[in-house]
Amino acid sequence: MKLSVNGSVHEVSAPADMPLLWVLRDLIGLTGTKFGCGVAQCGACTVHLDGAPVRSCVTPASAAEGKTITTIEGLSVDGSHPVQRAWTEIDVVQCGYCQSGQIMSAVALLAAKPNPSDADIDAAMSGNICRCGTYQRVRAAVHKAAELTKS
Amino acid sequence: MKAVVPTSRRDFLKQSALAGGALVIAFVVPSANRFAQAQEAGTAAAMPFAPNAFLRIAADDSVTVLLAHSEMGQGIWTSLPMLIAEELDADWSKLRVEHAIAAPAYAHAMFGMQMTGGSSTISSEFDRYRQAGAMARALLVQAAAARMGVAVADCRSENGKIIAGEQSLRYGELVDDASKLKAPASVALKEPKDWKLIGKGSRRLDSPEKITGRAGFGIDVRFEGLLTAVVLRAPIFGGSVKSVDSSAAKQVPGVQKIVQVPSGVAVVADHYWAAKLGRDALVVEWEPGPNAALDSDALRLQFRAMAASDGLMVANVGDAASALTASEAVLEAEYFVPYLAHAPMEPLNCTVKIEPESCEIWTGTQFQTMDQMVAAQITGLRPEQVRVNTTFLGGGFGRRATPVSDFLTEAVHVAKAAGAPVKTVWSREDDIRGGYYRPMYLHRARIALDGEGIPASWDHTIVGQSILAGTPFESMMVKDGIDSTSTEGIADSAYLKAVANHRVQLHSPNTGIPVLWWRSVGHTHTAFVMETLVDELAARAGQDPLAYRRLLLKDHPRHLGVLNLAAEKIGWDTSKPLVGRARGIAVHESFGSFVAEIAEVSIEQGKIRVHRVVAAIDCGIAVNPDGVVAQLESAIAFGLGAALYSSLSFKDGRVQESNFHDYRVLRLSEMPLIEAHIVPSTLPPSGVGEPGTPPIAPAVANAIAALTGQRLRELPLRPTA
Repeated sequence: MKLSVNGSVHEVSAPADMPLLWVLRDLIGLTGTKFGCGVAQCGACTVHLDGAPVRSCVTPASAAEGKTITTIEGLSVDGSHPVQRAWTEIDVVQCGYCQSGQIMSAVALLAAKPNPSDADIDAAMSGNICRCGTYQRVRAAVHKAAELTKS
Repeated sequence: MKAVVPTSRRDFLKQSALAGGALVIAFVVPSANRFAQAQEAGTAAAMPFAPNAFLRIAADDSVTVLLAHSEMGQGIWTSLPMLIAEELDADWSKLRVEHAIAAPAYAHAMFGMQMTGGSSTISSEFDRYRQAGAMARALLVQAAAARMGVAVADCRSENGKIIAGEQSLRYGELVDDASKLKAPASVALKEPKDWKLIGKGSRRLDSPEKITGRAGFGIDVRFEGLLTAVVLRAPIFGGSVKSVDSSAAKQVPGVQKIVQVPSGVAVVADHYWAAKLGRDALVVEWEPGPNAALDSDALRLQFRAMAASDGLMVANVGDAASALTASEAVLEAEYFVPYLAHAPMEPLNCTVKIEPESCEIWTGTQFQTMDQMVAAQITGLRPEQVRVNTTFLGGGFGRRATPVSDFLTEAVHVAKAAGAPVKTVWSREDDIRGGYYRPMYLHRARIALDGEGIPASWDHTIVGQSILAGTPFESMMVKDGIDSTSTEGIADSAYLKAVANHRVQLHSPNTGIPVLWWRSVGHTHTAFVMETLVDELAARAGQDPLAYRRLLLKDHPRHLGVLNLAAEKIGWDTSKPLVGRARGIAVHESFGSFVAEIAEVSIEQGKIRVHRVVAAIDCGIAVNPDGVVAQLESAIAFGLGAALYSSLSFKDGRVQESNFHDYRVLRLSEMPLIEAHIVPSTLPPSGVGEPGTPPIAPAVANAIAALTGQRLRELPLRPTA
């Protein structure tokens, strides 16, 4: 099948029901998207399909054919996306493993709601588990990213 | 599930623990680093300058700091380089960081083996890393003085340069000359008043990699020819394979091999998905082993019965038994905490490549020396032929520090049996059901107050499995059958020491369930028990919970310091919580540090809602203050998930939970507003990663008591309507 990821087309040979997560990680080699639970409970595998956040661990790769797939690697090459800059300024990351998913969820939230309230953030980001408990800084960084996006 | 522990490993630990005392600073550069130096030199003019095992400086001015400990979120990727950069006067923008490979030079200065744990990285490296930087600086100054034709005393260092009058030389320009000099026997360290970095802090150095997806975790290791395995393990701890039918599994496209290993049956495939489908297709009959009837409810009853009987004596001062019999006003209470999984976000994994004369391993580990020895034993190689590459750890919390190197042991067996390089990956279900849990504990306490409301007699019994029994650590940390990790927080409690009649007993039943340290170890249960008991005693004595603690801890200034700071910041004596909310307080000492937390809670639709937590820590010198704040936030969130939600149970020998839907952890919408404060201190640094966890469960439980009058004595906390 042909998949369009971060602006490049990849021809991959995979069973139709192979989750997009494993196609991205093991066949295409984009390891920034993470495996956390395999059952859409933790959000570590969040990527965008035509701009909408999906859990790639339960999304068959075939469902992504003909769509635009964006992963953490596609946000920017140098960490200059406003959400990434906000993450750096607030020093959000700890172990960092869940942060690709956190950032992809935040980017999608800000695209839908440029000025999210705390309640909006709670609603959009509670599907992304962080065992280091960086949640307070995630909240702050989403607000910061909203500011940076405007300026 | 059981790993064989060779006696030689035990002896090794004993020896290295002894050597640890003398190992002040190992200024030896491991040969593997020489290789890295040579590679880095590449086309550059000179070999990098590597005066010791902890840093090297290249001709391009880059300063590479080598970490003897693992970065698992706690921030040492930033704070250890700060210690070197402080003394080296390095240009912060030229710093690079790497995990050191496993080598004797990186043995923990206190424990004698390369490891990360016990919230000890900064406390154990505070001198060694500063000395490493100071030594490099001394050699650079000497080289620069000679080059510039001035006296050493006329040189100063600043931001990656040695300056004398109008002349200056960059560190990169001095690499060659400095490499030829002999290291001084001793170097002076800066006075604290001259610190430019320590106590001021820095942004995290690992952010750029971690916000772009570039950071390399163990699970991200890829190279030509690498296969992926998943292992089907016995559904019951202690079970074993009776028969395997792998015919269907072999038909799954991408499956390469199916091999039996001591822990189960491994499906080795081109990628994870094929391996997983292959495993789903395996038909394995199991020998259930001795634990097939394991049931956590039944176990709880057994623990309760044990608590009523005599155990090993941990402390016995005065005559608690008689005093309690004589007293009329006795508080008697039973406490319970369940098994907990660590559930780090990155599922366990380990990549192993075995060749005739070497074994190379890539994994996120907290226990490099153990790993190296275990891999050597399985492969028949010498430890120095095993190269352990530490990747970033997607969370550790203790799970990546098993004394028997469980997941690495299995991965080495898989690669050996498969005859190919293999990355063994656990699923989340494997992780939740794979053992090495925070053990279940039950406490029973009987306490009598004197006429002033002060504890006069205290009889305390602890029941729970020893983490260390049967491990290589037993000889060091279990004395006369008493595992110090079972009693820490009670045996050394400031409260108990002041009680004229007190007795502490311990039962350590072996349940057959593999158990392990879990962020803050024994303090996870002892702080909950002690701090809710003291809160209840305050109520019985008719005193304010803060005032009562101030009274009992009057001779403990560091406890008082954090209590007073947290109380001041939340306005304990000057403000009231909003209507429908209440505050609870707790204070606890662990890993050399002192933390007080005050939680403000309400109950909404029968569920506990924690709105706000004000925390104060005294951790000695706070090397990177924002890093300390981040660790308090983290430790509180970790502890709060367990206080409110997490619990593992057993029925018919099987773990009942499997993934984040039924093993609940804290989510973002449940995160309180946390305000963390640091008590200024000039004392040596102490632990930071763990001490924030113990006080949160009792602080929340005490707030619930203030709100509803209910004394909740079991975790997770479940108020009755």
